[in-house]
Amino acid sequence: MLLTVDHVTRYFYDQPVRAVVQSHRLTPSLFDGQRTVNWKVHVSDGQLGGGFRDGAGDWVQGWTVLGPVSEITVHVTGVIETVDCAGLLRGHREVVPPECYLQCTAATEMDGALAALTEGMAGRTDLLSVAHDLSARVSDAIAYKPGATKAHTTAAEALALGEGVCQDHAQALIALARHLGLPSRYVSGYLLADGDGVAHEAAHAWAEVSLPGLGWVGFDPANRCCPDARYIRLGSGLDAADAAPIKGTARGPGQESLNVSVSVSETEVGTGQSQVQQQ
Amino acid sequence: MLSRTADNLFWIARYIERAETKARLLEVGSRIALLPSAAGYRNEWDSLLQASGSAIGFGKKYGEAVQRNIESWLFFDRDNPSSVASCITSARESGRIVRTALTAQVWDALNSAFQELRQLERTPRSELELSRLTEWTMRHAALVRGTIDATLLRNDGWDFLNLGFSLERADNTARLMDVKYYVLLPRVEYVGSGLDNYQWTTLLRAMSAHRAFHWAYGGEVTAAKIAHFLILNPQCPRSLITCVESMTGHLERLARGYHRSTEAQTKARALQAELAELRVEDIFDEGLHEFLSRFIREVATLGGLIRDGYLNGDVR
Amino acid sequence: MAVIKYFNEMYQGDAVRTPYAQLQDWMQSMPAELRQMKQAEAENLFRRIGITFAVYGEGGDPDRLIPFDMFPRVFSAVEWAKLERGIKQRARALNAFLVDVYGRGEIVRAGKIPARLVYQNEAYEKSVAGFVPPKGVYSHIVGIDLVRTGPDEFFVLEDNCRTPSGVSYMLENREIMMRMFPDLFRENRIEPVDSYPAKLRRTLASVAPAKCDRDPTVVILTPGHFNSAYYEHSFLADLMGVELVEGQDLFVEGEFVFMRTTEGPRRVDVIYRRIDDAYIDPLCFRPDSMLGIPGLMDVYRSGGVSICSAPGAGVADDKAVYTYVPEMIRFYLGEEPLLKNVPTWQCGKADDLKYVLSNLKELVVKEVHGSGGYGMLVGPKSTAEQVEAFRLQIEADPGNYIAQPTLALSTTPTFVADGVAPRHVDLRPYCLVGERIELVPGGLTRVALKDGSLVVNSSQGGGVKDTWVLAE
Repeated sequence: MLLTVDHVTRYFYDQPVRAVVQSHRLTPSLFDGQRTVNWKVHVSDGQLGGGFRDGAGDWVQGWTVLGPVSEITVHVTGVIETVDCAGLLRGHREVVPPECYLQCTAATEMDGALAALTEGMAGRTDLLSVAHDLSARVSDAIAYKPGATKAHTTAAEALALGEGVCQDHAQALIALARHLGLPSRYVSGYLLADGDGVAHEAAHAWAEVSLPGLGWVGFDPANRCCPDARYIRLGSGLDAADAAPIKGTARGPGQESLNVSVSVSETEVGTGQSQVQQQ
Repeated sequence: MLSRTADNLFWIARYIERAETKARLLEVGSRIALLPSAAGYRNEWDSLLQASGSAIGFGKKYGEAVQRNIESWLFFDRDNPSSVASCITSARESGRIVRTALTAQVWDALNSAFQELRQLERTPRSELELSRLTEWTMRHAALVRGTIDATLLRNDGWDFLNLGFSLERADNTARLMDVKYYVLLPRVEYVGSGLDNYQWTTLLRAMSAHRAFHWAYGGEVTAAKIAHFLILNPQCPRSLITCVESMTGHLERLARGYHRSTEAQTKARALQAELAELRVEDIFDEGLHEFLSRFIREVATLGGLIRDGYLNGDVR
Repeated sequence: MAVIKYFNEMYQGDAVRTPYAQLQDWMQSMPAELRQMKQAEAENLFRRIGITFAVYGEGGDPDRLIPFDMFPRVFSAVEWAKLERGIKQRARALNAFLVDVYGRGEIVRAGKIPARLVYQNEAYEKSVAGFVPPKGVYSHIVGIDLVRTGPDEFFVLEDNCRTPSGVSYMLENREIMMRMFPDLFRENRIEPVDSYPAKLRRTLASVAPAKCDRDPTVVILTPGHFNSAYYEHSFLADLMGVELVEGQDLFVEGEFVFMRTTEGPRRVDVIYRRIDDAYIDPLCFRPDSMLGIPGLMDVYRSGGVSICSAPGAGVADDKAVYTYVPEMIRFYLGEEPLLKNVPTWQCGKADDLKYVLSNLKELVVKEVHGSGGYGMLVGPKSTAEQVEAFRLQIEADPGNYIAQPTLALSTTPTFVADGVAPRHVDLRPYCLVGERIELVPGGLTRVALKDGSLVVNSSQGGGVKDTWVLAE
């Protein structure tokens, strides 16, 4: 599939700020499931900082804006060719051992209700099925409802609420998997909106679980499936905060507000190539 | 040098100078209080509080302006950020932060002032005469200044210290004069009266300048002579022109050392040029109060330019 | 209870051991009045210089002095040469371990150390995995705590790979001894330690980042003047001739880190940080940290600045990993360890726990992440109630504790109220690792001033001594 992404994040400050520093995980991962045709990230008034591939295989790119500015736009555009790998993260180079993703974070801390979702799972050896089952239980326990939760909502809180968005689904699944001793992590990326009316978000997030013999396998409880050719993978982390595509700070008393628009569309193969030629 | 280091040096000097001014103010107050009160006029100590710029804070804490409370407020009270105790503590703390930019002697002077202050704070107030407190403050301020002068490298840090001293002193001299003229004197009919002269003399005393004044001018104490002495006479160590000249000098040293000039140099030179041309008559034509208020604002602007040009860390 | 025989570093029976030969006369020729006068003089010097441990928020005297004992602790050239080889060996192995576990993790794959201990360790920094710092060095200043139990028996108590403190005492103790007893230094040929700041600076400069194409600018990063080690930070900055900065003095712009100066931004190449990993970069670690420099880690990982010690170095020095250091030496260097570890029981292991709980009265039990002599039990010196209380703590969270036999720590003569008496000591030398590995002949000797006490921490009634290494 040829997917075209247009992702704009606008930060507004009620008073001008200086010395804006951002750290981006906005570059598509390198693995068998996706190939970059073209990709561009632009930060208004920004100066490109240091960039490197981290131990988890993500490209991390620093940016700074001297300021003073009252508005910053981060514009991501590009075309990615994807193939369905049935959720497997094949051909992805990373040095961080899976064991590192057993560490608990505040957002993925267990409570009694979360633990109850793992009932009957401990001791099972069919780990792939276990992961699928966990994912299904999360889908059942947390209904998709935009706006029900906030950026800092923890897995336990979302479960108590019974509602949430993809972030909550992913963090809940991570908490359960780690509880059973399965390394798991949070993945951020994009998802092609399909026409069937099923609700989901274009700036998307799901979970990966490390399984013996298979390596990292993606699960998307929000959409009751594993990532396929409609998904673009950007980066990973222990939880949503750790894997955030954009982390940043600014100096100044100004209050920040944020406006995000993302569109992911499928491009006819011919058109996509002509776009490439134009560049 | 680190902007934060320069800023701390600048403030060490300002705090020390400010501590000294507060002590001098206390001395002015106690002398004026010795004079029979001008009928129908408010308590002189109250005027003093107005002069110190901290009347509101005092009122909230103590209410009525009685001498003992005012002494506490201006000397010991940590709730008053410009009390002598607060200033000395802040100066020593800044010194600790930039310990490596000071000589052992300067640090010793700052540290022993602080250690002795803690002794004073433990001494029963009944054993502490006001004159002892004011003299103590001036002695330590002199010690700090002396060690800076005698032992410190003449580098940019030295310039920032001296800028702090001169800027604070310019501001304080202008405020003391303004207070005398605008606040202390009850009514305009008193100009030239015995009370007027007595207050001027007291003010000169507080600035340790009354003998120098008599040597320089002789005869009657008049407002014009005082204004000339404290504003325009480059021989007077506390006069506005002396302070501004010192700032210009140190700013020019900085500009040479850094191969770069800022708006602070322009502003300081302009201020100095204005004072050099000025006659006492011009000041009184403008109105002493109006002139002093304007000068205080100009000095504050210069302080802001020094901050923006060197101290705030956003220098490009 | 069996009487333990402690090794006295000065006397062997009635005979004086050679390194201390000159000190016998010195000690005997000093009448009590002179000694008291000298002691007062020393204290006065310390106070004037300003070496104090300002522990804010603890009350008491904010300018407390760490007690200084004038009786030096002495090593012969031969003794030191042996120690030096052992210390350098350990420092090399610890750094090889760090590069490995943030790279391919060969030692884990080889089954020499459990993966859990490394990768689930709180101090393991996933964010630096895959990065090799300049010259392959993670820990640039390795402080190795040693105790002695006999003429040739030294044990490593623990390794400090992050930012070991106390080196200012090593330097100041010497300075003060030289001022007060110049004759001693004429009569004994004592190796100097005052080259430490220059060597530290050279070490730091030698690990300048890939993108640094000039004489590197080195700074020391302190949490600020409220920190109890602030004096040491400013002391080292002064002796090295580098700026002492706080987080607010540094900022990231583009690919580099700059400091705010009165002449505008100035690029910084090497940061010797005296703050914890968690406070380095709010973007990467704790978002609530006010101390850090946003974006620093991105610059670091892309080769724009060096951070010493490197973030993540802490995984090599926790008390559970300590057990495996001899294994590291064999694995990476193919050598036998020259310095012994203290036998250690891990309460996280069932067998070990059983042994520990039934022998509490004989053991020293420590928290895995504890420091400063707090949260520990010295079995032989504790009451039955203290032992039982500690037993409950261990049972509640066994993985958090390790136990070691109570070592017969050596003693050295120490001035006490009524003369000279033996007191227990330990030693922390500071090994510098950069382009080369260097060790200044000396270190910080800590002494338990209380009679019979084995706890040398300054927070628990310990003092410090000048440490001599004699020239051949």
